[in-house]
Amino acid sequence: MEFVTTLIIILAVVAVVLLHVAYATYFERKVIGHMQVRMGPMRVGPHGLLQPIADFVKLFFKEDVVPAGVDRPVFYAAPIISLVASLSSLAAVPFARGLVIADINIGLLYIFAMSSVASYGVVLAGWASNSKYAFLGGLRSSAQVISYEIAMGLSLVGVMMSAGSLNLTDIVEAQKADFFGCYAIPQILGFFVFVVAMLAETNRTPFDLPECESELVAGYFTEYSGFRFALFMLAEYVGMVIMSTIAALCFLGGWHGPFDVPYIPNFWLLIKIYFMIFFYFWIRATLPRYRYDQLMRLGWKVLIPLALANIVVTGIVKTFIS
Amino acid sequence: MEPLELAEILKKRFPGEVVDIVSHRGQVSVIVKRERILEILENLRDDPTALMNHLMDLCGVDYLGKKENRFEVVYNLYSIPLRHSLRVRALVPEDDPRISSVTSLWRGADWHERETYDLYGIVFEGHPDHRRILLPEDWEGYPLRKDYPLPGPKTEWHGYEEVKEFSKRLRKYDFSGSPGEA
Amino acid sequence: MDTTRMKPVLEEEGELFTLQMGPQHPATHGVLKLDLELDGETVVRCRPVVGFLHRGVEKLAENMTYAQSMPLTDRLDYISAMANNVGHTVAVETLLGIEPPIRAKYIRTMVCEMSRISSHLLWLATHALDIGAMTVFLYCFREREWILDLFEELCGARLTTSYTRIGGVRQDVTGHFLESLLRFTDEFPEKVHEYETLIDTNRIWLDRTQGIGVLTAEEAVQLGLTGPSLRGSGVDYDIRKHRPYDAYPYLDFQVPLGTHGDVYDRYRCRMEEFHQSNHLIRQCIEKLPSGPILSEDAPDLVMDPRPKCVTADASLSAGLIKIIEERKHFMEGDVYVSTEVPKGELGFYFVSDGRGIPMRMHIRSPSYIHIGSLPALCEGGMISDVIANIGSLDVVLGECDR
Repeated sequence: MEFVTTLIIILAVVAVVLLHVAYATYFERKVIGHMQVRMGPMRVGPHGLLQPIADFVKLFFKEDVVPAGVDRPVFYAAPIISLVASLSSLAAVPFARGLVIADINIGLLYIFAMSSVASYGVVLAGWASNSKYAFLGGLRSSAQVISYEIAMGLSLVGVMMSAGSLNLTDIVEAQKADFFGCYAIPQILGFFVFVVAMLAETNRTPFDLPECESELVAGYFTEYSGFRFALFMLAEYVGMVIMSTIAALCFLGGWHGPFDVPYIPNFWLLIKIYFMIFFYFWIRATLPRYRYDQLMRLGWKVLIPLALANIVVTGIVKTFIS
Repeated sequence: MEPLELAEILKKRFPGEVVDIVSHRGQVSVIVKRERILEILENLRDDPTALMNHLMDLCGVDYLGKKENRFEVVYNLYSIPLRHSLRVRALVPEDDPRISSVTSLWRGADWHERETYDLYGIVFEGHPDHRRILLPEDWEGYPLRKDYPLPGPKTEWHGYEEVKEFSKRLRKYDFSGSPGEA
Repeated sequence: MDTTRMKPVLEEEGELFTLQMGPQHPATHGVLKLDLELDGETVVRCRPVVGFLHRGVEKLAENMTYAQSMPLTDRLDYISAMANNVGHTVAVETLLGIEPPIRAKYIRTMVCEMSRISSHLLWLATHALDIGAMTVFLYCFREREWILDLFEELCGARLTTSYTRIGGVRQDVTGHFLESLLRFTDEFPEKVHEYETLIDTNRIWLDRTQGIGVLTAEEAVQLGLTGPSLRGSGVDYDIRKHRPYDAYPYLDFQVPLGTHGDVYDRYRCRMEEFHQSNHLIRQCIEKLPSGPILSEDAPDLVMDPRPKCVTADASLSAGLIKIIEERKHFMEGDVYVSTEVPKGELGFYFVSDGRGIPMRMHIRSPSYIHIGSLPALCEGGMISDVIANIGSLDVVLGECDR
């Protein structure tokens, strides 16, 4: 019986997240559209509300082109690896108090592990495609994900030290007990590093080098079309939702807000997640793209020392207070 | 300096090379023999009274049936610091269409010369990368010559057969409708 | 065919990796192809391949009258067709010795500067998009649309304008057109400021453009660069000042110069030119004299190469006339006239043998020379800088391949 309940919860979570992902694409196009003095999608449904569904139908029924000379098993597996790894991270994410599929003690570590696995999909896609653009995109992605994962992990160490736990529910509750009510203020340095690394980890502007269209056409998914392409897009947006959720949980106080909203236990969490997703789009509409070596320099020479400094400061403060 | 004065100075310096000085609408052309063109242009570029540091244009002209020397290579020079211009026209005969390259003086002459070779068949000796540029590398003939017909040559491009063969091989794939119909 | 398909991704020639960028590539601005040899992300060798868009404009023009070949120039730099039209017409007028009326000169200068603004807007849009700043792209297109609408009002076409006539212009400007244009010039400086707020001091933009693709003044002249690409290196060479044509001698404007010769300075030069062009348009509107728009000497469009002259000849007895087949209609000779188009120096070299058809029309297109200088800019840089460099030279392949 417990198995069935878990299965139902899993299905519910995946369905809700995929719905969010679908409308995140719509939201992105609308937000960026209005920032760029245009309307965004307007044709399908009122104000283009059915656009994500139309996109899905189009991608689903498109011809699936597999170029000659690709490494077929890997080519087929790559998008699935990306998506499955992204979706697996959802298991450890609490969406409200008690609403979590697997309330494991090392939730944060598990999510990191899964987001690293997701980058295998990108690397393998680049390798298997037998295309030079895809290959360069895959190479860039592997280098980028490895360097920014370190910065991201280190930026969260301060949070772990403050909360004294790796369990995400505990971290949220610890923030409630904190003087500021969220870790974004005492851990401001860590929060900054985390936000930058989060953009890089999900390959978004200004760090969208693996898929940067101006030099690498489309990067690692140049050769993908139809539904396989859609899987990559899904994985990217799921990754974005997860990163936004972690930011909201670890730094912005999770589901706690200034006042309680009746009947919607995770009202504040959703608001915070939507804000973070909006932030992604805002950045995309504003900033140009870094060059590959500048990105590496930023990661290794700026973000990692900052994150380390944050750990030291947190440690000193914590020792001093206790 | 007035271009006519420049031309006179050039004539004094290279008496055996300058064939004629022509003026039209205030623009002066010095017609020279092709043998020492590199020296003449280098002199124009480096001489402090001329200082022609900007090669505005380099092109070929075909005077088929109008002049004794069928081709001319035209150098339009300009001096950015002194603000004067001069045109040098080197005569190139039909039976031996070659002239020295000026890429050693102006790197920008590189593509101008390749274009002139491509369209007129004038060979530039000493050019570092002497290939066709605008036309395919296996093109036959030089289209801007006056005896090249406007609609193109009567014969088919020799790569055409190859392309036709290739398209026949692709015929087993169906690009239009649902699979199995063709 | 199958053997090439099965080649591994890495062609092991030493450690180099060959990337054929283009001709279908989103950032090569048309059908430019670059053969890049990469060592990791560093460009070791860059060889541009052009000619995919070669239409033989020069050969075609040798079989048309001067007036007929003018519409061909629309298709050279299709982003600033007006400036090309003016360039062609000024050259033909110099060759044939026709002086256009002063009003036509002012109108031409005005449309030239409008097309400069429109061309620079498109350049800024695509250059910023290549570097990743997406919003600038749409902001620029908003203003470009306005200019194209004005062109449409003026001559009925938005891109391929064919507006000039030998000895003047085709249609006169209307009061409504001038009003709209004045309103545009009022609002445009603010819009330029809007683009600048997005990228001008943006850290990432500076990192991507400063110190990239550096050319010293000597190198730039050696390579034959012209226009803003040359002025970014600090060389004061603007044909509007050096060899003024049309109404430029009567107008007041400055030539913005760069100092470092990198991508950023070339970008700044063009941004300043927005203001200068705007200023020039305002002056043209204010000073626009009245009068005819087409010279009395303007040849008709046919430019019949073999007009028949009927004259009474004294050597024949009275009452008889002699029919002379006059083939030579114009003076023989050659001219090279260049004008400052948005991309650089657009030169026309005409050789006339006296007929109404040019014996030779050679087009010195700035983009052709600029693409030729790409190896000098790109080699040694990173692959992302190739894109920034192509953008900073502002090339159009229609003009390059002719």
